[in-house]
Amino acid sequence: MAMKNRLLYVISVVALVLPFIFRNVNFQHIMIMLLIFAGLGESWNIITGFAGQTSFGHAAFFGIGAYTSTILFYKFGISPWVGMLLGALFAAVVSAIVSYPCFRLKGHYFAVATLAVAEIIKQLFVSWDYVEGATGISIPVKPDSFWMMQFHRSKIPYFLIAYVLFIVSVVIAVLIERNKMGYYLKAIRESHEAAEALGINTTRYKLYAMIVSSAVTAMFGTLYAQYILYIDPFMVFGLDISMKIVLLTVLGGLGTVYGPIIGSAILIPLSEYTRAFLGGTGKGIDLMIYGALIVIVACFEPRGVFGLFQRSKKRGAQYAKTTA
Amino acid sequence: MPRPLLEIQNVTMKFGNLVANDDVSFSVNEGEIVSLIGPNGAGKTTLFNCISGFYKPVSGKIIFDGKDITGKSTHEITLLGLTRTFQIVKPLKEMTVKENVLTGAFLHAKNKKEAEQIAQKVLQTTHLWEKKDMLAGSLTIADKKRLEIARMLATRPRMMMLDEAMAGLNRTEVKEAMELCLMLNRDGITLLIVEHVMEAIMPISNRVVVLSAGKKIAEGSPEQIINNEEVIKAYLGERYYAKSRQANSRI
Repeated sequence: MAMKNRLLYVISVVALVLPFIFRNVNFQHIMIMLLIFAGLGESWNIITGFAGQTSFGHAAFFGIGAYTSTILFYKFGISPWVGMLLGALFAAVVSAIVSYPCFRLKGHYFAVATLAVAEIIKQLFVSWDYVEGATGISIPVKPDSFWMMQFHRSKIPYFLIAYVLFIVSVVIAVLIERNKMGYYLKAIRESHEAAEALGINTTRYKLYAMIVSSAVTAMFGTLYAQYILYIDPFMVFGLDISMKIVLLTVLGGLGTVYGPIIGSAILIPLSEYTRAFLGGTGKGIDLMIYGALIVIVACFEPRGVFGLFQRSKKRGAQYAKTTA
Repeated sequence: MPRPLLEIQNVTMKFGNLVANDDVSFSVNEGEIVSLIGPNGAGKTTLFNCISGFYKPVSGKIIFDGKDITGKSTHEITLLGLTRTFQIVKPLKEMTVKENVLTGAFLHAKNKKEAEQIAQKVLQTTHLWEKKDMLAGSLTIADKKRLEIARMLATRPRMMMLDEAMAGLNRTEVKEAMELCLMLNRDGITLLIVEHVMEAIMPISNRVVVLSAGKKIAEGSPEQIINNEEVIKAYLGERYYAKSRQANSRI
């Protein structure tokens, strides 16, 4: 346990220091995206990795977070920090309302339902004139200000916000995993009936997991909107966001705290660099490479890259035993 | 007069036109070991599912400790102190033995420390302590059945329903399972056992209830049941019953 903790500390310190050592703007951008997606993976992992309820619709909550803060800022000049909290709250409420009936569905049917709900929400925003529909919203540029979450001279402030949110998501994941809720969610994942027989109110705990997961996801949505300064429904509600979250977590290791970090550290640099090298024509190449990686990992180690590490560790321990 | 802990009153359960439980009534007194037997398809597991809240009976009432639990959800019933194991074991495969038991222990524990203490005690009494770090999915079938009981025990039940906890075990394992049942009972846990292994349950049961084709056909002490004509007919069929009568009369 202590060992595991230490590795987490090392990762968080390294992640914090890197952009200050390599002051390349492009590198800093990659670090920001890496942390955002690692954090999104962590929060998605709560409902899918721990509780076993596959959500293909997390872009819905990401988009709600992005739109809530953006609308509040664009229409009323309210600080994105307030928008971030309201967005998280709003996403939590929407996730609770939407998933309560969906939790009656099991396995694949639940996954399909989440996909459908996310698409419905996207279509709503596309045809909703008040939020500028499909045209999207350009966030009005303001001078650098912490309160307005806008920084144009340096990427470091964005990085620090992403870092804090990432740490929050990791801490939430670790706290859940090591306490009653984590055991309950994993019990639900392993067997619904057994969990009920153990006295677990499965619907309630799945709901808790969904609420926490969607609220954290929405907070990253706000940050993303403030970072890019432009949003439209296809960008923030798009299937690629949902899929990226799913793929990087599965690649890294589903149901583990390290999984999303490993997955994001592989996918995001890959996707950003292929985009930089191949320009406009490279759109999707990163996902092709990534898809190939997933197939390879899924064939040889379904528990992802983290599972590979664990396996080699176990093999090492066995080797030590036989030679001792 | 001992107090009934579980009362099953005229429970009927249907799946479409198929009547799985037909007007079944019996009760289990506090501190008893009661066995529920019957040929395959008699409705034993269905009755278990009705009692434990997985099914809602079409009609009839189930009373536990004076409270009507008919149609309540499974986790509520477990919280009241009535819990069950599954015929087809459902270990939390990707979790270790200790984590399985700990999950049950959280139910009445105030914090994780207390839950761990409960889990440790349960693991020791059920002789699973040495295997606590193994993944539940990698256990033998006997240990998986033992784990089913262990993690239910961690929820601190007043009454446990064991669904074929001894099926598929070898003689030694059956004997160990019998001892475990008796030990649980000594600790004050009332038991309702569904079982096919007659030689295992007859010696430990206070009473036996027999179901056949959804109906209760007999109830009584193990000796009464063994000699009950209805029961022999249900198990061996009319023809064999007649043959056994002939054989008996010759002796």
